[in-house]
Amino acid sequence: MTEIVYFSSISGNTRRFVEKLGRPAQRIPLYARDEPLRVDRPYVLCLPTYGGGNGHGAVPKQVIRFLNDEKNRSLIRGVIGAGNTNFGEAYCLAGDIVAAKCKVPHLYRVEVFGTLDDVRTVDEGLESFWKRQSQ
Amino acid sequence: MIDKLKLVDHVQAINWNRIEDEKDVEVWNRLVNNFWLPEKIPLSNDVQSWNTLTPDEQLLTMRVFTGLTLLDTIQGTVGAVSLIPDAITPHEEAVYTNIAFMESVHAKSYSSIFSTLCSTKEIDEAFRWSTENVNLQKKASIIMDYYQGDDPLKRKVASTLLESFLFYSGFYLPMYWSSRAKLTNTADLIRLIIRDEAVHGYYIGYKFQKGLEKVSEERRDEIKDYAFNLMFELYENEVQYTQDLYDGVGLTEDVKKFLHYNANKALMNLGYEPMFPKTVTDVNPAILSALSPNADENHDFFSGSGSSYVIGKAVNTEDEDWDF
Repeated sequence: MTEIVYFSSISGNTRRFVEKLGRPAQRIPLYARDEPLRVDRPYVLCLPTYGGGNGHGAVPKQVIRFLNDEKNRSLIRGVIGAGNTNFGEAYCLAGDIVAAKCKVPHLYRVEVFGTLDDVRTVDEGLESFWKRQSQ
Repeated sequence: MIDKLKLVDHVQAINWNRIEDEKDVEVWNRLVNNFWLPEKIPLSNDVQSWNTLTPDEQLLTMRVFTGLTLLDTIQGTVGAVSLIPDAITPHEEAVYTNIAFMESVHAKSYSSIFSTLCSTKEIDEAFRWSTENVNLQKKASIIMDYYQGDDPLKRKVASTLLESFLFYSGFYLPMYWSSRAKLTNTADLIRLIIRDEAVHGYYIGYKFQKGLEKVSEERRDEIKDYAFNLMFELYENEVQYTQDLYDGVGLTEDVKKFLHYNANKALMNLGYEPMFPKTVTDVNPAILSALSPNADENHDFFSGSGSSYVIGKAVNTEDEDWDF
């Protein structure tokens, strides 16, 4: 019963944030040789942006591959971005791009792997978000 | 002083077609794409704005920038270089040489600001202040001591705290001026430095965590104690340094919040939980939006009323791989 799909590089900051939420989650595979992830329930996508590059290549290739699957794309309901305000205009840019392309809200932004306050806000926020979705 | 020159004792031709840690390539590419030089920023457009600052504000600004110059000089000539012998992969060594060079670019860029805005006499006086300020010198010597120690993990802790925490008492001021529409070109340059330091802190912190994975539980506890003790030591000194600089203009308390906020992120770069509670990290929103246009609370869909919330404004992306 996945409700979060996330991408996390090998440094694992986004994975750490998602694990702290303790909600059912699935990770988008890192490597092209891995079996692609396919989902069959609505989900919120959590993904990081690591600094600069003037917008080019902000969205990880693996996330693009996941969203190019039409069924996966049809089930996205929102985005949570991770990053660092010190990246300036690129702060959570990948989240902005995916939200705009998929026409879903960018629900929240966390820095690095999120504070305890972030975990609480997102956990409560998702609880009511899913309730509203099912109405 | 360093008794014996420490270098990598064995070097093989670096093969970028055989990668042991993909993070090395990712960060190398990121740093290369982010490359910039101060000559590209039209600093002279700030001359008029500079002249609207009071003499005290000008003095403060120059002192802040000489302090930042000192940190970038340390990181360029000692800090990043000292990490090279500890590197696990040849590509990690190459990334540190890139970091070291960019730190020298940063250090030089403050001189570009000075020569654009100030007289030689004022510049010399500001540099003299930086050699005489006790708290600035103490900050430099604490870090220098750790770089010369013989513990690779501790060196990475010191380096990450420098990159992700120690700069911020200084970075506050150009963000403050920018939020009041002053010295905006200078602020553009500083934002490029901030972006670089953020990637550096992320990478060195990542390598630190990789190193921790290989040691015993006991050793991990020792390093954690050490990291928090060093953070406290630097923090105490940073508060005094902040008072030296900002008491005169009444901004000390505001700067301290910015210190707490960044100290938390420095600890997170090392993989540790943040230490300062929300009540003391509530940075002035004007400073946050000077740092990043996306950082204001209107972007919080969960707790906001939603009135100012806009779904996905058009974002340009050049990614060619999208199917839709």
